[in-house]
This record gives sequence, C-alpha cells and structure tokens, in this order.
Amino acid sequence: MIKVEGLTKRYARNVAVDNISFDVEKGQIVGFLGPNGAGKTTTMRVLTCFLPPTGGKAEVAGFDVIEQPMEVKRRIGYLPETPPLYPEMDVAEYVEFVGRLKGVPKSDLARRVNEVCDRCNVGDMKHRLIGKLSKGYKQRVGLASAIIHNPDVLILDEPTAGLDPEQRKETLGLIRELAGEHTIILSTHILPEVEQTCQKVIIISRGKLVATDTMENLNSRLRGAELVAVEVEARSGSLSRETVQQRLEQLSGVSKVTYRESRQGRLAFHVESMQGKSVRPDIARSVVQADWNLTELHSAGLSLEEIFLQLTSADKTAPGGAQ
Amino acid sequence: MTNMWIICRKELKGYFASPIAYGLMAFFALIFGYFFYAAVAIFVLRSTDPMMMQRGMPMDVNEWVVRPVMMNVSVIGLFIIPMITMRLFAEEKKSGTIELLATSPITDLEIIVGKWLAAVLLYGSILVLSTVNLAILFLYGSPEWKPILVAYLGLLLQGACLLAIGTFISNCTKNQIIAGAGTFAVCLLLWVLDWVGAYETSTFGKMISYMSVTSHFENFAKGVIDTRDVVYYGSLIFFGLFLTSRSMESLRWRA
Repeated sequence: MIKVEGLTKRYARNVAVDNISFDVEKGQIVGFLGPNGAGKTTTMRVLTCFLPPTGGKAEVAGFDVIEQPMEVKRRIGYLPETPPLYPEMDVAEYVEFVGRLKGVPKSDLARRVNEVCDRCNVGDMKHRLIGKLSKGYKQRVGLASAIIHNPDVLILDEPTAGLDPEQRKETLGLIRELAGEHTIILSTHILPEVEQTCQKVIIISRGKLVATDTMENLNSRLRGAELVAVEVEARSGSLSRETVQQRLEQLSGVSKVTYRESRQGRLAFHVESMQGKSVRPDIARSVVQADWNLTELHSAGLSLEEIFLQLTSADKTAPGGAQ
Repeated sequence: MTNMWIICRKELKGYFASPIAYGLMAFFALIFGYFFYAAVAIFVLRSTDPMMMQRGMPMDVNEWVVRPVMMNVSVIGLFIIPMITMRLFAEEKKSGTIELLATSPITDLEIIVGKWLAAVLLYGSILVLSTVNLAILFLYGSPEWKPILVAYLGLLLQGACLLAIGTFISNCTKNQIIAGAGTFAVCLLLWVLDWVGAYETSTFGKMISYMSVTSHFENFAKGVIDTRDVVYYGSLIFFGLFLTSRSMESLRWRA
C-alpha cells in the first residue's frame, strides 16, 4: 500500500530524513517510532504530499507522490500533530467541510458526517463550536474528519500527544477499530502505545532507519534485558545498600543490579535480567525470605533511548538492520 | 470550480462568524455616512449661494456629491482592505490548518482564488451598504444612475486588485499583524504614487503616476470606463494572485 524507497528530505541546513526505505502492506497498522526530531513528521508530510522529497521515491496506493499528488491526496486521510481545526466552525460543519474538500459526493455527505461522528464518539457534540471543545474531543474531531472520505491510507501524527491516559486509551482503541478497512501509519514516541496497537514497527532516529520489524520479532529481540525496579525499606539505616545489592545479585537469572537512590528511607535498585528470564517472582521471594519490607517491584521496561542503543549496537553485527 | 466555491464559502462563513465583517461594515457605514453628509451639506450650501445661482445652470448632483464621495470611498478602501486580507493565509499558517488544505485534493490556484473571491465578495457587500445613503439622493433629486454604477464598478475593481496584493502579503507570513501592516503600507504607497504626477511631468513621472491605484479610479468616479484602467486593474489582480501562487509553491520547497 505504501512504498518508500531511499527517501531523503534535506532542509537548508540539515538532513531531516536520510535515505529511508520501507513497505507497508494493506490493512496493517504500522507504528512509526522515534524520539522528537527524528524525522517522523517530515516523512509523513512527504507521504501526504505536503512536502516534496529531496530524493528517493514514495508511493501510496500505487501512485507516486510527485507524479500524481491528486490521486495520492484522494486516498489519504491525514491527522497532523495539532488537528487542523477551525475554531469558529461547529463539529458537523467542519467535518462536512473536510468531506467536501476531499471530494465526498454530495448525496453521501450528510450520511458520512453522521457515520464518522458517531464512530469517533463526537455524535453528541455535533453542534458545539470546535473552539470550545476539550483537547480530547478536538483530537476525535480531527480523526473523524480524517476518515470522512473513507481513505485507503490513514496517516496519524502523534494522535495521542497531549491527551490524558483515559483519552489516550480511547483514541488507541478507536485506531485499532479502524484497522482492517484502512492501512494505518501512526507516529509516536511512546513505546507501550505501539506495543498495544501496531503489528509492525518502523523505528527511526536522527533521520535514519534504525529498524523495521514486526512487533513480535522486536519484542523477542529486546526481551534480553527485562528491567525491574525494586524498592526495599532501609529500616532507618539498619539495612545497608550493599547487603541488598549482594543478595539481589546472587539470584539466578540476574545479570546486573544498579543502585539508584535512597529516598524517604527506602533503597531503590534497577535489576536487569538475563535473556528470556523473568526474575520478578524470585526477587520478591528472596526479599521476603530475608525479612525485609518490599515496597515496590515492577517492570521498568526499556525507554525508547535504551531500545535505540540496543538495536543499533545489536544490528551492527546483523546485516540488513541499521545503516 | 466547485473546490473554489468550497473554499470561498468557508472563508465567507469565517468572516461572518467573527466580528470582522460586522466591525468593518459598521466602520465603513459610519465613515461613508459622514463623507456623504459633508458632501451633501456643501452641495446644499453652494447651490443656495447667489454667485452660483447666477450661472443659470443647475448644479449637478453627480458631479458635486457622487464623485467626491466616491473618491473618498476609494481611500477608505485602503484602510479596510488590509483588515480583510490579513487573516486569509496568515491565520491558516499559524494554526496549521494550511496543512489540511495542502493535503486535500485541490489545487493551490483553487485555494487562492477561492480565498480572494471571498475577500472580494465581503468588500462588495461592505460597499453595498453605501447604497442606502445614495438612495436618499434618488429620493430628493434625480441623479444619473449610470455613472454611479460605473463608480461602483471602479471601486470593486480597485478593491479587487488591492485584495489580490493583500492575499499575497498574507501568504508571506504567519503573523496577521505583519500581513495587515504590510498590506496597508503597500496600499498607501500605491495611493500616494499618484502625487508624483502633480509636479513631475516627465515620462518617468507619468510612469510612476500610472502605477497608482487611485489615479485609475478618477475616470470611474466620473462615470467613464476607460479600457486602460480596466487593463491596469485586471493585470494587477493577475499579478497579485500569480505572486500568491508562487509564494504558496515556495512554501512547500522551503518548508
């Protein structure tokens, strides 16, 4: 559905996207992952024909973004990071306006407007002014207008940015529902969102492609280092940091224990496990057996930066990964 | 064509959903009313003047009221036009809605002409307000309607070409204030260029004077349609819209 080959976008001084290639198949949800400034938005803007590429090729639904931009635009629904809303319009009016712009036939328009508004849970807000809506509702209106013309491809730039956790969950649920009918690319810098939603991940950093893989493959590649946060009560100093660290290090499956801090009389550690081992039950048992008070134990996960580090260092040996 | 209307309708709705349209209309009605009153008052004063009575020829309402008032209106336009055009593109660029337009299957030209057309229609509807005052002339006198119509055509043409320039300037910036001030500066310049012609009679002076928007309006105010003036306004409209489309294109390449 989407084919990108050697895509490069250069601005006056810097290279925003550097020789990126990837494919997206029909009906997939693809997560476009990268830290801020990695070139996610630029790539999306090229795909939506907002910016012309400096080099390389990009095809959407078989149409080239430079040769046949009108055909591409007709088949894409795009939600930029800040939804492009007109505050002086009401919701139905705005969605209808976008529908007209995208060439939805007049006879279908009213029906489609109702459909997408209900679908995105803004049905009861149809006659509210957009300027008066909360951020979450604005996002949903943006999404409703992006799917008004039933596009083949849906491109969402940070659809959950600035939403509270509840709204975030809801938006992601909505996006999952939309998959199947539409091919979706969504960008984010939050890893768990991708894990929940996407089948395939494209990771870029500083304009370069770091990895493109299915979620399962990526997960198993990363499982090597489960990170667990442990916190133990220090009992007003009677329990020393070294004692705890030693005990944790002796557990089987633990590769590394790092002391983080002591706060409010508690000692906090990060425990890294070895490949494919879950060490949390062992940690809990061990701490309890020693008769210490366990105050916190949870999987700290890996931050995006750590994933980048891991992927880039791991892929240096594996061909075809990082460039 | 339909796409152009979609944009045009949206812009018109935007004008009338905000206080801009009403504010400008009120401002215009007030100033126009004042000019009209002043012109009529002078007319009445002069026509009862014994010196003028001696001439034996009745004073012409078109010449003494309509013409000076229309000349004044063309100057009011210079103040109103920047306020109409400043938001056209600057607002969309600031709020990011330009991204919606640019990623929709419509051409730049349709966007530009649609927006410009909306501005012209708003300017036209502001001008229409002044007909209320002129109707009073018809009630108490018998002015000729044809020159009045020509004068309105002139006002609309002059407005349309300044609006085209304003549209271009609005496309150059994200900041509405800069767009407004820039448009005002250019409008003012195109107005005062005319003054050169008053003391400079060389070819160069004539050229400068020719470029002024107001010098081309004089004929229309008299009720004369001169093709030179129509060509001048027409080419300036084309020029303004052409520059806008270039500016819009450069936006994509510069990003």
